[in-house]
Parts: sequence; C-alpha cells; structure tokens
Amino acid sequence: MLIVRIEPREFDTTSTQGARAHLRVLGLAAVVPLLVSLLLGGLIFLSNGIPPLHGLHAFFIAPLSDRLGLTELLVKAAPLALIACGLLFVFRANVWNIGAEGQFILGAIGATGTALFLVPQDSPFCLPALFLGGVIAGAAWAGVVAWLRAHLRVNEILCSLMLVYVAQLLLHWLVQSPWRDPQGYNFPETALFESSLMLPILVERTRLHLGVLFVVPAVALTWLLLNRSLFGLAISVAGRAPRAARFAGFSQKRIIWMTLLVSGGFAGLAGAVEVVGLTGQLVPRISPGYGFTAIIVAFLGGLHPLGVVAAALLVALTYLGGEAAQVTTQLPYAAAGIFQGLLLFSVLAFGFFSRHRVRFTRAVQRPAGQVLQASANLPANPSANSSTNPRVDL
Amino acid sequence: MEVCGCVFVTCACFMATFDVSPLLEIRAISKRFGDLTANDAISLTLRRGEIHALIGENGAGKSTLMQILYGRITPDAGEILLEGKPLAAGTAAARAAGITMVFQQFVLFEALTGLENLRLGLGNGMKPRALRDKALAFAERYGFWVELDRRVSELSAGEHQRLEVLRCIMQEPKVLIMDEPTSVLTPQEADGLFETIRLLARNGTGIVYISHKLREIRALCERATVLRRGRVVARPDPQKTELDAMARAMLGDDAVALADLAETEDKATGTLSAVPSVPTMPSVLPPRETTRLFVEGLTLPSVHRQGVGLSDISFSVAAGEIFGIAGIAGNGQNTLLEALTGERLLPHGQEQAIRLQGRAVGQLGVLARRRLGLATVPEDRHGHGAVGDLTLKENILLTSTHVTHGEDALVRRFACSGGWLRLRRAGMVAEQVLARFAIQGAEARGPDTLARKLSGGNLQRFIVGRGLLHAPDLLLVLQPTWGVDAHAAARIHQALREAAERGAGVLLISQDLDELLALSHRIAVLARGQLSRPFICADFKDSPAGKSELRHALGLLMTGLGGTSTNPDREKVL
Ligand SMILES: Nc1ncnc2c1ncn2[C@@H]1O[C@H](COP(=O)(O)OP(=O)(O)OP(=O)(O)O)[C@@H](O)[C@H]1O
Ligand SMILES: [Mg+2]
Repeated sequence: MLIVRIEPREFDTTSTQGARAHLRVLGLAAVVPLLVSLLLGGLIFLSNGIPPLHGLHAFFIAPLSDRLGLTELLVKAAPLALIACGLLFVFRANVWNIGAEGQFILGAIGATGTALFLVPQDSPFCLPALFLGGVIAGAAWAGVVAWLRAHLRVNEILCSLMLVYVAQLLLHWLVQSPWRDPQGYNFPETALFESSLMLPILVERTRLHLGVLFVVPAVALTWLLLNRSLFGLAISVAGRAPRAARFAGFSQKRIIWMTLLVSGGFAGLAGAVEVVGLTGQLVPRISPGYGFTAIIVAFLGGLHPLGVVAAALLVALTYLGGEAAQVTTQLPYAAAGIFQGLLLFSVLAFGFFSRHRVRFTRAVQRPAGQVLQASANLPANPSANSSTNPRVDL
Repeated sequence: MEVCGCVFVTCACFMATFDVSPLLEIRAISKRFGDLTANDAISLTLRRGEIHALIGENGAGKSTLMQILYGRITPDAGEILLEGKPLAAGTAAARAAGITMVFQQFVLFEALTGLENLRLGLGNGMKPRALRDKALAFAERYGFWVELDRRVSELSAGEHQRLEVLRCIMQEPKVLIMDEPTSVLTPQEADGLFETIRLLARNGTGIVYISHKLREIRALCERATVLRRGRVVARPDPQKTELDAMARAMLGDDAVALADLAETEDKATGTLSAVPSVPTMPSVLPPRETTRLFVEGLTLPSVHRQGVGLSDISFSVAAGEIFGIAGIAGNGQNTLLEALTGERLLPHGQEQAIRLQGRAVGQLGVLARRRLGLATVPEDRHGHGAVGDLTLKENILLTSTHVTHGEDALVRRFACSGGWLRLRRAGMVAEQVLARFAIQGAEARGPDTLARKLSGGNLQRFIVGRGLLHAPDLLLVLQPTWGVDAHAAARIHQALREAAERGAGVLLISQDLDELLALSHRIAVLARGQLSRPFICADFKDSPAGKSELRHALGLLMTGLGGTSTNPDREKVL
C-alpha cells in the first residue's frame, strides 16, 4: 500500500539558512504562480491559433499603453479593492461569505432606490445619502446570512451563495417593471440620475470618477480596524483559536454578525459607487462578477489590506485584457475569467505547497500479533506531529 | 505474543551487553535566537539502556536542545552522532534513525480519535483492529489507560499526554526523548510510566528525561546534565547528589533567592522538591464571612458524546480561602471550568446553581462574570489560555476587556471595552507581568514577543500573572504550575496565597496532590463528574500520620475506589 502524506514544511526561521530558505520559498510562492498562469495562458492562446507572445501582449500590455487604459484599470480595480477589504474581515475570522456579489448588487439597488425615491434632488446631503443607502442595503443582505448562520446554524457558504441568485433576480425584476424608465424605449434600465447625483469625473474624457479615491480611506480604515481595534483583535483570535475567543469572552455570534455586516457594507458601498460614479442608473449587468472576483483578490493579496490593492490592480488587468483580446485576437471575453481562474488556482496551490510537502511512503505490513520487534526495522515515524494546527510547546 | 516479547528482550540484552560505544553523542551544540544564546556548546552522551536526566530552570534551553536532536531546529554549530554515525538534518532523518519524542505539549490531530492518531503517528498502515489490539496490549503491559475511541479534542491534557506516550513507546525507538511527560499525570500514572521507562531502558533504548521534579529524577535516572542559561553547569549523579545541591546547580546565583522563598514554600511539593520535608498545610480555616463562589446542585452534561459531565455538584469558596478540587483529568474538570467561567451557560431555570459574589450567574457570559471579579487560568496554554501567533501584549488583552479594577492606575486604565486598543498601555502592563514573574525569553522584544516563542514554563508564568492582574475576587486556576520550574512554582504558590490573604477566593483544580495539600484549606475530589465532601486540611495537620491518611483517602477517591463513585470503564481497562 502506498501512503501519500502531506506534511507541513518546517522552516527553522531562527537560523540564518532556515530563514533564507523560508524567504526563498515565500518569494517563489509569489512569483511562480504568475509565471505559471502566463505560461498556461500562452498555451491557451497557442491552442486557439494565436501566437502566445502576441496574445499575452494584447492581453496584458497593450491595454495599459494609453491614458484611457490606465484610468480604466483604476475604475475596474476600485470596486474589487473595496469589496475585498470587506472580505478580509470575514475571511480572517473564518466566516466564509462568498456572496459579496449579491451584496454588491444590493448596494447598487440601494443607492438607486435612494436616488429615485428618497432624496430631494437639491439637498447637499443627497450624495452621501446615496452611499448610505448602498451600504445599508449591502449590509442588510449580508445580515440575512449572519442571522441564518448565527441563530439557525445554516452553513454560511451555501446561503451567502444562494442569496446572490436572489439578488440577481431582484435586480432583473426591478429594472424590468417597477423601476423601469418610462422614457427609456423599453430598455430594462432605470432613469438616469440628475447630474447633481453623480460623482465628478477626475480626468477629462475618461471614466475615472471620484469614487475611485474611496479606496484610500477604505484601505486605511480596514487596516486600523483589523490591527488596532478590539473588533480586529476578536477577529484574529476567533479565526486562529476559537476556544481562546470563547475564553476571552468574544462572542462567536457577535463576530459572525459584525464581520458579515462590515463585509456586506463594503460590498454595498462598492455597488453604490458603481452606480453613482459610473453608470448613473441601474442596469441589469451592473457587475461583471466583481463580488466573486474579489474573493480571488482577497486571497491573492494575502488577506492584507495593502496586498489587496496590488491584487485588485492585477486582477483588473485581466478584465481589461479580456476586453482587448476580444477585439484584437477574437478570443471570447471569457478569456478574462480563464486568467483569473488560473491565477487563483496557481496562487493557492503554490501557497499550499510552500507550506506543505508531499511524501510518498510504502507501508510496512507487519503481523498483527507482533508486539515487540527489534528496533532495527522501525516504522517511519509520525506525521501526527504535523497536525494542520500543530501546537508544539516545549 | 509473550514469546515474541521474550525473544526480543533476550536479543536486546545481548545487544546492550556487547556494545559499549555510546548510543548517542551530542557534540558542542550551539544555538542562538537573535541575541539570546539558548544552547552554548552543549555536549552530552547517552548510552544504550541509560535514562539520562536533563534538568534546568524554565528557559534554560532543554527543549531547544531536544528539538535540535529531533531535527526540528537546525543548530548553529555542533554535531550529533547516533551509533557513531552523524545524524542528517531534519525530523524525517531523526525519525528514520529511531529517535522519537514526547512533546511537552501535544501534537495530535484534534479532529481524529485516539486510535486514528496512533494509526497516523505510527504510519505503518496497520489495520485498525490489529492496531487497537496492539495499543491495548501496550497500555495493559505498561499499566495506563487510554481513550482510543474519543476525539482528541474531547480529551483532557492528561489524556493527551498518555496518548502521546503510548504513541512513542509503540514505536520502540532507539532514543526516546521525554519532555516533561509526567507534568499532567497522576502519581499512580507516573509510577506506571516509570515502570514503562525502565522496561524500555532494559531493552536497550536510551532515554533523555526532562523534568522539574527532582524526586522523579532521583528515582529514575542514572546520570544527569544540568543546564543553566544554555550551558552545561553540572553533571551530578542523581543517585548520590543531594536534591538540594542539584537545585542549587540549576539556579546558580538565584539559589539565595530560592532559600528565601523556601521559608514560605512547602519544600516537599512535587515541584519544589529540593528538600524533602513535611508539607506545611494551611493551619486555620479562614472565617467564612463572605462567600465568593457558591455552587449548588450543578448538573450539566458534557458537550461531547462520551465526555464526563457534572452531576449534582455543590461546594462553596469563601473569601480568603483556597479550595482544592483534586481529580484525575477527564473526570468533569473541563465541564466544570466551562460552567464556572461562562464559556458555557447553564440552561434556563438553573441560573441559581452558580452564584458569584451572591449573584446568580448561570446565565451570564464571560464578560459579565469577569466584571464581577472572576479571573481564570485555564489548563491548556496554547489555543485556550493564550494564542501563540499573537504578541504578549495582545494576549494580555484577552482577559482584560471590560475590567476596570486592579491595584494600580495603569492596570485599571489599559483595558478597553470596545473601540480602539490601548496597545502601548497594554505593553506596559505586560512588562509588569514579565517582571513580576521573572519571565525569560522576552528580553529582546519585550511585550511584542510572540507568545509561542516563550518556553512552556515561561508562558505558563505569563498566563498565571495575567490572571492575577486585576486583583480578582475569585480566581479559578487549573494546574497552575504545569511545566514550571521549582523557583517559579514557589513564586506562583506564593502569589496564590497572597491573593487569598487579600480576600480573594481561590479555586484550585489540579491532579497534583502535593500542590493541593500545600495550598488548600479544604479539598474535595472530583471523580466521574461527582464531587466528594470536602476534607478540612487543618483537621489532619497535627500529625504526619494524619497527613498521609488524608493523602491516602484523597488518592482512593481520585481513582474512584473510595466508595461512592466508582468507574467501571476505567477499572475494566486498567
Ligand atoms: N523560536 C524561538 N524564537 C526565539 N526564542 C526562542 C524560541 N524558542 C525558544 N526560545 C527561547 O530560548 C530559550 C530556551 O527555551 P527552551 O524552550 O529550550 O526552554 P526550556 O528549558 O525547555 O524551558 P521550560 O522548562 O520552560 O520548558 C527561552 O528563553 C526561549 O524564550
Ligand atoms: Mg521546555
């Protein structure tokens, strides 16, 4: 019998060689996935009859060669970074909210609803009110998940995911009938907002709007909350050692509620920014899957606020590349999704293998009754020493 | 089976008698952690069949040296020879060469059962049925009882330890390293373990034995190496050297301090076993004016399917009193701890079963009870009492949110009840704890040290120190001196006594009878989830006979043989 064994790689970070080896592996874990996804992407181009280098250039470099491309990159990276910031809270606490897409959509709906029905158009508070509407709607949508998880013990992965579909149907219904613009030639869209209800454009003749700058305070706030607040401490304790969290009096239910509300709020804000900054109306395809892609961004960024910014830029590039490649290489837009998938898988896989190694050993079958045996043919010793969460205290 | 055993014994003796070269040679091993020299040119030889003691105060470098031997840590200099051949780096090489280790705290898969853990640990693809037979045979042979079918997460520390020991001896290693294997075993279990160790040694295994209990060392070991601040300072013969002299060698300059403490400390406790003498039991029962904790008719099932719950438990702890609960781990201690701390709430209608400071708290959570003056030192250092990946100052905040009492202004003001952390103040408070319990290993980074970087005993001191921080009215401590050296144990005992003198009630849950007898005013025994009536220690104090009578009675109750509570399962397996 062959035994496949996954053992944690142990780095003795206390010795210089050990620390160097550790750094080397960490560096590899950051660079290799990029190279591997490029390589695999190149192969995909090749199999579609496109010269790989040409394809990669069209995908990753050409989109950034002009001002429009650069601003577009920021416009696409902003919602990803905003949503991913919120996801840091849940993921660090080991709460698996994968329904940020739904919360994003609800944020867009909330902002539009506020704009259409709630605010007097000439009030100076109307813009903030739109964002507030988005945040509340997104948080409320996540609140449903929190309630199901914390009080009925429903698996949060399932219910957050399913609520995405509910949100999409709600969006379609709204733009089809009750909120449809009567003057809109039957297009499933709401009426365009007054220009006083739109965010200003930062660079002429581009779509770069003020909302993109929201990322800066959002990242700062996320960092502060995670590292300098009691809430952040409770999150790190609950995520690492649930028993210690209970001992410290950090209520599990409260952590579920709070982290989900915060992450829903961030996603809702991103949805509101999208409507108020970019489209100026609610449209059925308000999100090209930002909510799901943000999960990739959060993990690519190593669950760190600054990492998230870098990852958001990288992933936004795949969106742009997908659009560009559609034009120049006739690849379908889905190529963007393929690159995102490749990136995520290789990052996760290499991250895993940078922390674990796989060993194949052959099992020694011995007669059952033989209790004592000469110490010469000792069995390979324990991998039990390598529990996923080894607690060695010596 | 027996025949096999005999054959092996003979051939092992054969090996042992004819091969005189040392089994293991550690040559001038050095290891630095930043500025701290944990091991400084340490050499040590181990013969076949030898039981070698490695002793030294907390943070002396014992575990570091043994982790180097086991391949977990690469040394900066030096080499290791096994049977004359240099040992390759890495744990895999060490394991393959026949070196195995019982860790100070355990490295088991929490989500798997004991048997599954053994199966993985042995890694030889044995069929579960055969493995169980083998495990039971070993357990029977060496006289200790292990839970094979419960999940490891449901087991108590003592049970973990037994499982770890079983895993190691089932491998029949050439070199067996035992890092404080008896710290959470009962005296009976420890005796069983000693027999095991002797038997293994007779079969030719070389054993390195780390312990803070010098009497164990004397009973078991032929040679000893004493470490101090990373250096070998003495190699006494434990059979011939006075325990006192060994303790002095361990402590060096601090021996003077020890002498001071020894006046107040009971010298015969298992932990501070420098000089054997009659323990000084607390003589008078404090006046029972204020009741800090009152438990009446507490019945609570365990959260685990086969765990031990509590049935109809009643006791009270008065201000100024140290109330001891003796019992073998796994007899309901965890359920009791969770019920008292508020980690588990009592069902509706049972609020009155626990009263803290006169208030029914059965339905109050951890924070509310903390505000009423409860502080807890749990048994498990990692993942319960402290989080290894957080810094010491973050760890100090774990038990300090929502409290505003404490002796000095800083302690009263550093904690928060929400909002932003007061990290700088928390750091200053952590610094106080580090200084008060002379915690070593945090010199370089102070309160920013990660908790897991402290040696076991030092982290334990930190957790106890944190428990005392807010001048609690009721202090709940489990095994407070687990893995702590004699010096620090004396200090911790002293601190507990002072807390009681200040007017706190102290509930001490332990399996260490010596510790209980040295500290407690009254002692009750928890067995199979039932609590015996308390013994008043002052009644037994006058004669040595009275004392051993008490110890005997407690011991019987603990093993469930003392009449009321029997444990059929346990007897069956024993
Ligand atoms: N990974 C690490 N990084 C930094 N310092 C460390 C690390 N591991 C151990 N140390 C330090 O090295 C010293 C020796 O630690 P070690 O664990 O060997 O002590 P010990 O003799 O086993 O003590 P104890 O009796 O408390 O178990 C301690 O001061 C400890 O803080
Ligand atoms: Mg140690």
